[in-house]
Amino acid sequence: MEDLLFEIQLALPQVILGVINGAFYALLSLGLAVIFGMLNVINFAHGAQFTLGAFVAWMLLSWLGIGYWPALILAPLIVGAIGVAMERAMISRLYRIDHLYGLLLTFGCALVIEGVLRNNFGSSGQRYAPPREFGALDLELGDFFLPGYRVWVLIAATTVCLATWLVIEKTKVGSYLRAATERPQLVQAFGINVPLMMTLTYGAGVALAAFAGVLAAPIYSVSPAMGANFIITVFAVVVIGGMGSIAGSIVTGFMLGLIQGITEVFWPEASQTVVFVIMAIVLLTRPAGLFGRA
Amino acid sequence: MAEGSIATASPGAPPATDEATFFGFTRPQAAAFLALVVIVLASPFVVYPFFLMKLLCFALFACAFNLLIGYVGLLSFGHAAYFGMGAYVSGYAAKAWGVTPEVAILLGAATGALLGIPFGWLAIRRTGIYFAMITLALAQMVYFFCVQAPFTGGEDGIQAIPRGHLFGIFDLSSDFAMYWVVAGVFLGGFLLIHRVVHSPFGQVLKAIRDNEPRAISLGYRTDDYKLMAFVLSAGLAGLAGAVKALAMRIATLTDVLWTMSGEVVLMSLVGGLGTIFGPVAGAAAIVTMQTYLAEFGAWVLVIQGVIFIAAVLAFRRGIVGEIGNLLRVKL
Amino acid sequence: MSLDRRSVIKGALGAATLPALGGLPYRSARAQAANTIRIGVLNDQSGLYRDISGPGSTHAVQMAVRESGITQRGINVEVVQADHQNRPDVGSTVARQWYDQNGIDVIVDVPTSSVALAVSTITREKNKLFINSGAATSDLTGPACSPNTIHWTYDTYMLGKGTGGAMVAAGGRTWFFITADYAFGHALERDTTAFVNAAGGRVLGGVRTPFPGTTDFSSFLQQAQRSRANVIGLANAGGDTINSIKQAAEFRITRGGTKLAGLLVFVTDVHSLGLEVAQGLVVTESFYWDLNDRTRAFTQRLGQMPGNLRPSMVQAGCYSGVLHYLKAVAEMGVAAAKASGAEAATRMKAMPTSDDAFGEGTIRADGRKIHPAYLFEVKTPAESRGAWDYYKLISTIPANEAFRPLTEAACPLVRS
Repeated sequence: MEDLLFEIQLALPQVILGVINGAFYALLSLGLAVIFGMLNVINFAHGAQFTLGAFVAWMLLSWLGIGYWPALILAPLIVGAIGVAMERAMISRLYRIDHLYGLLLTFGCALVIEGVLRNNFGSSGQRYAPPREFGALDLELGDFFLPGYRVWVLIAATTVCLATWLVIEKTKVGSYLRAATERPQLVQAFGINVPLMMTLTYGAGVALAAFAGVLAAPIYSVSPAMGANFIITVFAVVVIGGMGSIAGSIVTGFMLGLIQGITEVFWPEASQTVVFVIMAIVLLTRPAGLFGRA
Repeated sequence: MAEGSIATASPGAPPATDEATFFGFTRPQAAAFLALVVIVLASPFVVYPFFLMKLLCFALFACAFNLLIGYVGLLSFGHAAYFGMGAYVSGYAAKAWGVTPEVAILLGAATGALLGIPFGWLAIRRTGIYFAMITLALAQMVYFFCVQAPFTGGEDGIQAIPRGHLFGIFDLSSDFAMYWVVAGVFLGGFLLIHRVVHSPFGQVLKAIRDNEPRAISLGYRTDDYKLMAFVLSAGLAGLAGAVKALAMRIATLTDVLWTMSGEVVLMSLVGGLGTIFGPVAGAAAIVTMQTYLAEFGAWVLVIQGVIFIAAVLAFRRGIVGEIGNLLRVKL
Repeated sequence: MSLDRRSVIKGALGAATLPALGGLPYRSARAQAANTIRIGVLNDQSGLYRDISGPGSTHAVQMAVRESGITQRGINVEVVQADHQNRPDVGSTVARQWYDQNGIDVIVDVPTSSVALAVSTITREKNKLFINSGAATSDLTGPACSPNTIHWTYDTYMLGKGTGGAMVAAGGRTWFFITADYAFGHALERDTTAFVNAAGGRVLGGVRTPFPGTTDFSSFLQQAQRSRANVIGLANAGGDTINSIKQAAEFRITRGGTKLAGLLVFVTDVHSLGLEVAQGLVVTESFYWDLNDRTRAFTQRLGQMPGNLRPSMVQAGCYSGVLHYLKAVAEMGVAAAKASGAEAATRMKAMPTSDDAFGEGTIRADGRKIHPAYLFEVKTPAESRGAWDYYKLISTIPANEAFRPLTEAACPLVRS
C-alpha cells in the first residue's frame, strides 16, 4: 500500500508534465480538426506551420528585437496570413477533386517549408530564451520544480482551445461555419460567402499551429525538424479522436499527453509507441474514432 | 468514386480498336513495353550500372505502390515499412545466414507480404484520408521497431551485405552481373502486376474502386479483395526492398523512414497514378534528380516539395498520363 | 558564405554526377592526369552535423593542402565536396561514383557512423583510402576495421573514457543515465558505465528514452534528479542532447550541484545553446581551439571559417589527417599512393604525426590515430572572457590511455 502511495507521489508531477505536453497535441489536433471540418483537407503542412510559428517568433526577436508577448500575437497572424495565401493560391483549386490531392499538396508544402528553413538556419537549432517574468509562476512542490513557463503553456493552450470551441459551437459565426460544413451550397445560397469562410478557416487553423509553435519555442530547440517530430503523433491522435468534433480533438489531445506522461514513468521505452498502440485498439473497436461519426 | 478521384486521374480513354493483343497489353502498351525492355537491356552498356540498379529497384517499388492507389484507390502513406523490412530481412539472411541471393530475395518479399496482412487488415477498415494516416502511423511503428531491434543494426543498418552466388553458381559481386538479376526481378514484377490487374481479380478491384457499395451488393466480399491487393502490394514492395539491399549492399533506417513513403508517392504521382508505365517513368525522374542534386543537400527537399505541388496543381496525369493523353492511348 | 559554398558545390556536382547521367561511357572517365591527387570531402552539408563538419571541413582540408607544400613538388591536388545528408544510401552512392568515375583517391570526414561504415566497406573494396574524422563509432577500428581506413579524431571509447573515467576521478562518483533507446545510445551508456565502475564510481540507474521523436525530456530529467546522482550522463546525440540540456536548465536540474555530462557534445553545440544554458556541462574532446599556443595559431591561420564558427575537433581532424596523408604521398610518390590506398595507409602508419591541431601522435596498426583527450567543463557566462571562450580544462587523458588498447580491440587485422 505504501509502495503504491509512493508511486502515486512519484507519478503526480509526471501527470502534470504529461498534461502540459498534451496541450501541444490538443492545439495541433484542434487546428487539424478545424481545417478538416471545413475544407475536408488533411493539412500535412501543419507540423511545418508549427515550426514556422516558432521561427517567426525567433526572427522577430533576433532581427527586430520584438519580444515574446507581441510575438505570441504577431507570429500566428503572420503564419496565418501565409496560410491564407496558400489556400487562395493552391488549396482552393483542389476542392472539386479527390481530397487526397489536398494531402499530397500540403505534404509538398511541408517539404518546401522545412527545406527552406534548413537552408537558411541549419538544423542545429536556434535558442529562444523564455521571458524572465515567468519566474513568478515557478512552482516548488517538495522535490518537484515546475518552471513557471510550463504553467503558462497550460493556461494559454487551455484558454485558446476553449475559446475556439466556444466560437465554433456558441456563436453566430460558428453556426455559419458548422452549417457550411454540412451543406455548403445551401449556405452559399443564403448569401454567405463560403469560399471566403473556407480561406479564413484555413488561416485560423494554421494560426493555431503557429501559436503552438511560439509556445514551444522557449522549451524546445527552434529547429526545422521540430514540427516533423510532432506531426505523425498528432495524426495518430486525430485518428484516435475521430475528426467529427472540435471538443473531441481537444479532449483526445490532452488525454494522450497524460497517458504518455504516465508511461514515461512506468515504461519509458514505450512512451512513444503507446499512442500508436492505442490507435490500433481504437481502430479495432471504434473505427470512426472515439468521438467520430462513422 | 467521385469525379476527379485520385485513382482515375488519367482516364486516357482507350479507343475501341485497341483490344488486348498480347498478355493483356493493348497495342500501344505492347510497343511501350517492348521499348522498356530494350532500354533495360541496353542501358547498362552506356550508363553506370549501379545507378541503374537503384533506379529499377525504386521503379518496382513505385509499381507496387501504384497497384494499391491506381487499382484499388487506396493511398498508402506507409509503404516504406514493407520496402524497408524486405531490405532488412533479405540483407540479414544473406549476411548472417549466408543464404543464396534468390532465397534472400524471396524471404524479403515474404516479409513484406506477411507484414501487410495485419497492417492491411487494420487499415482497410477506413478509406481515403484516414487510410493514408493509419498506414503512416503503422509504418512509424515499424520504424521504431527497426531503430531498436538488434538484427537491423540500429542506426548503422546492415552493412556490406554479400551478394553471393545466384543459385550457388553465378557470381554477382560485379555490378554488371548483379544488374541482370535486378533487371529480371523488375521485369518479372512489372509483368506480374500487369497480369494481376488484367485478371478477373483485378476487374473486381476496379469495381470496388469505382463503386464499393455496388460491388458489395453484387456479392463480393470487398474487404477480402482489398486485403489481398494490400498484401500483394506489400509483398512486391518487400521484393523491391530485398533486391535493393543486395544491389546497394546496405539496408538502413532510411528505407523504413516515412520520407521514403513520401518519395514513392511522389514517384507515382509524377509518373502518372493509375498508369502502367507511370511509376517507372516517375521513379526514373526522381532517382535521376536525386542523384544529380545529391550535392545540394537540403535543396533536394525544397525541389521535391515544389515538384509535389506542381504535379498536384498542374499535371495530375503525370508524365505518362500526359503522353498517353497526347497520343490518345492508355499507357 | 553561401555564394562561396555554392560555387564549390557546383564544381563537385559537375564532376561527380554528369558522367553518370550524361550517357558517357562510364569507364572512360578513369583516364586522368596521373599526377593529381583527388580528395573528396564527404559530410553533412545540410543537417545536424553541418556545423561540426560541413563546409568548415573542406575549408580545413584546403588549408592542409596549402601547408603541405605538395604543389611545390609538382603534384596537383583537387578537393571536391558532397553532402551525404546523413543517409547511408546517399553516402555510399556518392562514394562509389567518386571512386569508380571521378578518380577520387581519398575520402575524408564522413560524420554519422552508419555512413562511415558504408564508406569504409566501399573504400576497402576499391582499395582506396578513407580518413574518417567525423564519426563516433569505435567499430571502425574494431570489428569493422580495414587496412584502408584511418579513424582520426575521436570515438565512443575515447568519449566514454574521458567523460566516464576522468569525471569520477574529478569527484562525480554516482551516475544516472538518460539514454536514447537505440544501439548507439546503448553503446555509449555501456562503455561509459564500464569506465565509471572501473574508476570506483557507481551507476544508480537510468532511463531509456524513445528514439527518435522524444522532444520533452523533463520527465526523464526529474527521474534522474530524484536518484540523487552526482552526474547525469546524456547518452544521446544531436537534437536529443540539445533538448535535454535546454530542459535541464529550464527545470533547474543542476541547482543541487548535479553535473550534466554530455557524451557526444561539440563546441559548436555549446555555441548554439549559449553559456547561460550550457554552463557546468562536462564534455570530452580531443581538440579545442583555445587549448594551447599551437591550437590558437592553427585557428588563427584558418582565418574566417564558414558560418563564422570556430573549428570543431572534427574539422581540425580533417586538416590533420589530410596533412599527414600528403606527407606520405610526398614520400612514396603519387603513382604508388594512387595505386593502392592500403599502401598509403601503411606508409601513414609508419610515420609519426605532427601538427598544430593535435600535437605529436601516431597511427596504430588497426587504423586508430592516437593522441590525448581532454575533459572540459563549460564556463559560466561570468567566467567567459570573450567570443568562443567556452571551456575550462578539468583533466587531460594521456594519449596512451585515451583510446582502446590494441589488446582489447576486436580488429581482425591485428589478431592475424
